[in-house]
Amino acid sequence: MAIRKLLVANRGEIAVRIIRAAQSLGIGTVQVHSEADADMLAVRMADEAICIGPPPAGQSYLSVPALLKAAKDTGADAVHPGYGFLSENAGFARAIADEGLVFVGPDADIIDRMGDKAEARATAIAAGLPVVPGSKGRVEDAAQALAAAREVGFPVLIKAAAGGGGRGIRIAHDEDELTRLAPQARSEAQAAFGDGGLYIEKLIVNPRHIEVQILGDGTNAVHCYERECSLQRRRQKVWEEAGAFGLSETTRQAICKSAVDLARAVGYHGAGTVEYLYDDTSGEFYFIEMNTRIQVEHPVTEMVTGIDLVAEMLRIAGGAPLSIKQDAVAVDGHAIEVRINAEDPLRQFMPFPGKLQSMRVPEGGGIRFDHFLYDGYQIPPFYDSLLGKLIVHAPGRADAIDKMAEALEKLELSGLKTTIPLHKALASSEDLRAGRVHTQWLEPWLAAGNLTETA
Amino acid sequence: MPDIQSPLPGTFYHAPSPESDAFKKPGDAVEASDTIGLVEVMKTFIEVKAEVSGTFEGYVAGNAEPVQAGDVLAKVG
Repeated sequence: MAIRKLLVANRGEIAVRIIRAAQSLGIGTVQVHSEADADMLAVRMADEAICIGPPPAGQSYLSVPALLKAAKDTGADAVHPGYGFLSENAGFARAIADEGLVFVGPDADIIDRMGDKAEARATAIAAGLPVVPGSKGRVEDAAQALAAAREVGFPVLIKAAAGGGGRGIRIAHDEDELTRLAPQARSEAQAAFGDGGLYIEKLIVNPRHIEVQILGDGTNAVHCYERECSLQRRRQKVWEEAGAFGLSETTRQAICKSAVDLARAVGYHGAGTVEYLYDDTSGEFYFIEMNTRIQVEHPVTEMVTGIDLVAEMLRIAGGAPLSIKQDAVAVDGHAIEVRINAEDPLRQFMPFPGKLQSMRVPEGGGIRFDHFLYDGYQIPPFYDSLLGKLIVHAPGRADAIDKMAEALEKLELSGLKTTIPLHKALASSEDLRAGRVHTQWLEPWLAAGNLTETA
Repeated sequence: MPDIQSPLPGTFYHAPSPESDAFKKPGDAVEASDTIGLVEVMKTFIEVKAEVSGTFEGYVAGNAEPVQAGDVLAKVG
């Protein structure tokens, strides 16, 4: 049944984006907000707004009871979770379904399955996707570790089987190093986790991050090609492109097909993203995880394919079959998105929740600025620092970088410190232009002083 | 008696984690370089330094309470 009234269970720029998509489909909108967000742009745009609690997210945007009550009190028949917050919380999806409401996303069972790293990996293997080679289960001593390392090929990572969060990970470049490090790793794992079991995994040196956008209706699935998201700082994406540069057509088709294979294998419903590590040297790609929500960087895909991903999510959630056939999805040109954060890149990216005095936004064909700002808006300090995303679209990648540089010159957010200077410096980087970048590139580039007051 | 003010708007915390003791309790000696609390701003935790030395007299802003830049967080005598 088509959605009539949508509760937007998020804030910031994605709430604005969801409201626009709902309005384009004639769907009524209810915007939830915390006490700190009563004057945000999405509240002004929505048909209705409802306060769900005090500023801390745990008592508002992360409160399942508060959101369910808001949906019931306003008579909404569907809930869009956006990204972050409860967007990949299976308990939230289940609670909404139990109330007889529509969750705009996949079923809770699929969120559970893809949210569990081991289960997601097993599901991907069963669907025929390549994963980062590793030992078959745990290894107990140096001899077993060596056998596993020979099989996957050096260099390898030695991880605690019971570990997490990167703790105790060692790199072994050859057999001698592995033989020396495995016993240390084993005793450390025993001390830290009470379990000396190890796991050996192939180290992909300086990988790129490539991801594929998919859409599914539970029966059919299509891909909307790939994005390049290798520029990251502290595992946060900074600059994103569609498509990925320098991929052979064979690799592009293979990686996109594998994402569809996974979506079909789980009967995926909604918009999702399959993430991969890509090894530039070998041309191999490896599944790492699937995100079961709309992503921050979805606009670059929209720019090159012309597909409105958020509107399509709403149609699918309302029970419509996929409106797009694979052979109708084509890529036109190249798109780049940069994340404009309220942070001072010249002071260790210190958050800057200031007041926007006035804004000047570049306009013209192929330029888009997704944001939640207006003149005089006070940025609340309680949530993440994303203010907006500047997106450009041009015939080729070099044109797109030029266009981004020009658009950044015309974007002014006075009264705030933002990451605009970082993006200006990136747009003039020869390494970036030549595609000599990977997930380990940005932080050393910053540490080397490539961003200065005059940049 | 010097006031310690919040450098940024955000949420003020008396302790490094919910399970920990507060950074300072009344009567503690305070060095200028000591951390007396954390302000969470945009998901980042900023350490608040005393910037004066003396004796800790107590927190003024409540634990886990929203604060504005310039609000008095604690007093040092």
